[in-house]
Amino acid sequence: MTNLSQDPKAISGDFDGRFGDFGGRYIPESLNHAVVELERTFNEAWADPEFMATYLSILNSYGGRPSPVTKCNNLSRSLGIELYLKREDLNHTGSHKINNVIGQALLTKRMGKTRIIAETGAGQHGVATATAAALLGLKCTVYMGELDTERQALNVFRMKLLGSEVVAVTSGSRTLKDAINEAMREWVACVEDTHYCIGSVMGPHPYPYMVRQFQKIIGEEARPQINALIGNDPDFVIACVGGGSNAAGTFHAFVESRSALIGVEPAGGAAVGRGVPGVIHGMRSQFLQDEFGQLQEAHSVSAGLDYPGVGPEHSYLSAIGRAQYESVNDEEVLSAFQLLARSEGIIPALEPAHGLAYIVREAGKAIPFGSSVLLTMSGRGDKDAETVAHMLGYFQ
Amino acid sequence: MGEILIENETSCSLEVRLRSQRAKGRKILVPYVTGGYDDSWLETIQAIAEAGADAIEIGIPFSDPIMDGPIIQAASQQALDRGVTPASIFAQLEKLDIDVPLIAMTYCNLVFHSGFERFGGWLSMGGVTGTIFPDLPLEESHKWSDYAESIGIANILLVAPTSSISRSQEIASASRGFVYGVGLMGVTGIRASLAESASKVASSLKAITDRVVLVGIGISTPQQAKEVAQVSDGVIVGSALVKRLLDGEGPNGAYAFISSLRSGLDDL
Ligand SMILES: Cc1ncc(COP(=O)(O)O)c(C=O)c1O
Repeated sequence: MTNLSQDPKAISGDFDGRFGDFGGRYIPESLNHAVVELERTFNEAWADPEFMATYLSILNSYGGRPSPVTKCNNLSRSLGIELYLKREDLNHTGSHKINNVIGQALLTKRMGKTRIIAETGAGQHGVATATAAALLGLKCTVYMGELDTERQALNVFRMKLLGSEVVAVTSGSRTLKDAINEAMREWVACVEDTHYCIGSVMGPHPYPYMVRQFQKIIGEEARPQINALIGNDPDFVIACVGGGSNAAGTFHAFVESRSALIGVEPAGGAAVGRGVPGVIHGMRSQFLQDEFGQLQEAHSVSAGLDYPGVGPEHSYLSAIGRAQYESVNDEEVLSAFQLLARSEGIIPALEPAHGLAYIVREAGKAIPFGSSVLLTMSGRGDKDAETVAHMLGYFQ
Repeated sequence: MGEILIENETSCSLEVRLRSQRAKGRKILVPYVTGGYDDSWLETIQAIAEAGADAIEIGIPFSDPIMDGPIIQAASQQALDRGVTPASIFAQLEKLDIDVPLIAMTYCNLVFHSGFERFGGWLSMGGVTGTIFPDLPLEESHKWSDYAESIGIANILLVAPTSSISRSQEIASASRGFVYGVGLMGVTGIRASLAESASKVASSLKAITDRVVLVGIGISTPQQAKEVAQVSDGVIVGSALVKRLLDGEGPNGAYAFISSLRSGLDDL
């Protein structure tokens, strides 16, 4: 058995932010006060039945939880496996991101802060944050790499429609990693009244732990749901990994089960698979770096997975061998995207299409015929339809 | 509480040097230059040493500088685009012949990625006697600070306007070389007026430690430097200098600007 004695899942309020050798809190001293306050507020709120009741009732009555588990009958037949999807794509705003932002927006109010800032890559986390801000009456500014504002112009408009300000970040590679840098810089200057709502299980402690707690509802719902369907835990639990929040939220309930856990990264951004340990964006984790430790850019068809690092919990789960991380290329993803649409009537986001691409490739190989497989469908593909149409030459 | 901690004498040459400058009644001036921003950067360092700098911070360009504003970001990017690496900067510093201590300022991934021995070797080769990592706070700093001290290098820690008194005390105690008071809540950059927090952080540090207290971030003019140094032991000036360098003022412009800061401080 894997030794999970260091696994923070066993520890409640006094988790120190270390996932084995990973995690920690590598931040400018100016932010220390705010991050300590956030940690204390989160721990108190998480133990407060009133907070939890509010959080869950918003997720249910506004967010659309619980999300169902759907069996893919047609794909199961053609792949020779039993494939089930955890339907986070049916959530309000179209992805699992809402689980996290509702939690952090409520914490913002609990701390007496009036403004929330966020980074976004594809715009999903930005739209979710703008939504939570509108719902709860907070001011909101979203930082987005200039390149991404061009690639995802419609999401920029959505955020503005929701009443948020969007700042195009022109430094560095003008993508997600630079949007994170800029949000951190801004946070240093306005930390008194502003909360930084990080969009994945990354950043300085308590973020990786806190965001995992807000996302673990995915696996906590899915485990009994799939047990009700197949009378057992599935052989494989699979999720795509950008920063790693939908995967961490899915895996958590299964860490001590018999299920094999597999995170799927894009080939051009495989931070667990090809990265090396480093300390960037507040945490010690795995990052794609050059020979001197400069952070490199990630490249993939899905902007939501274009992050050259990964949350520390995944570095840890990989190091202890409890989860396994695989990668797929853009071509495999594009064909999985179309396959799910045609065979099940579900247009997936490009991010979870990575998980499906791995399953399609490995059915009958690493995933033996007859296996039961649970895939987290972390988001819907509306946001990606235009990108894919261009890639398939539809508009030419 | 309320008592000034007398820190043990240290073997770090940087600290010995700065303490002795202070003992002479001199206000300490530490300019910052981004390493490798253009071809003349070593001459610029030579010039600011001659203009009266007491130590010089060399920025080692990093891809993701979260504590830096637009000016230093631009200088770092310009250096990275020129192909500058930590190794190339330290190798060039080795050629420098000045009697002013050098401090490397960068982000902690560069030291963790290279490993302490390799990075420490570069520092020693370049004649660097201090390090500043704005993303390596007290709790995470001990391993590097201990290693650095063992090779005669001072790891300098930062205190922010939001640090409590007891935390500031701990940081000042663990810091070597000097203690860096962050003058305002924000990243590096030029500010039209001096933040109130600059003198506040200086006076609260002076009340709790006998280490050399220098204040940096947002200090852009001789007048601002003078105002802070009435309370602190000296100042660190970065963006205001780097802006002039990015504008092409070169070593001569750097000399003139640092001289003006020097004479402002010498008036005190
Ligand atoms: C639908 C969807 N899935 C996954 C991700 C990747 O994030 P994470 O790895 O944190 O789940 C994103 C990010 O934008 C997303 O929009």
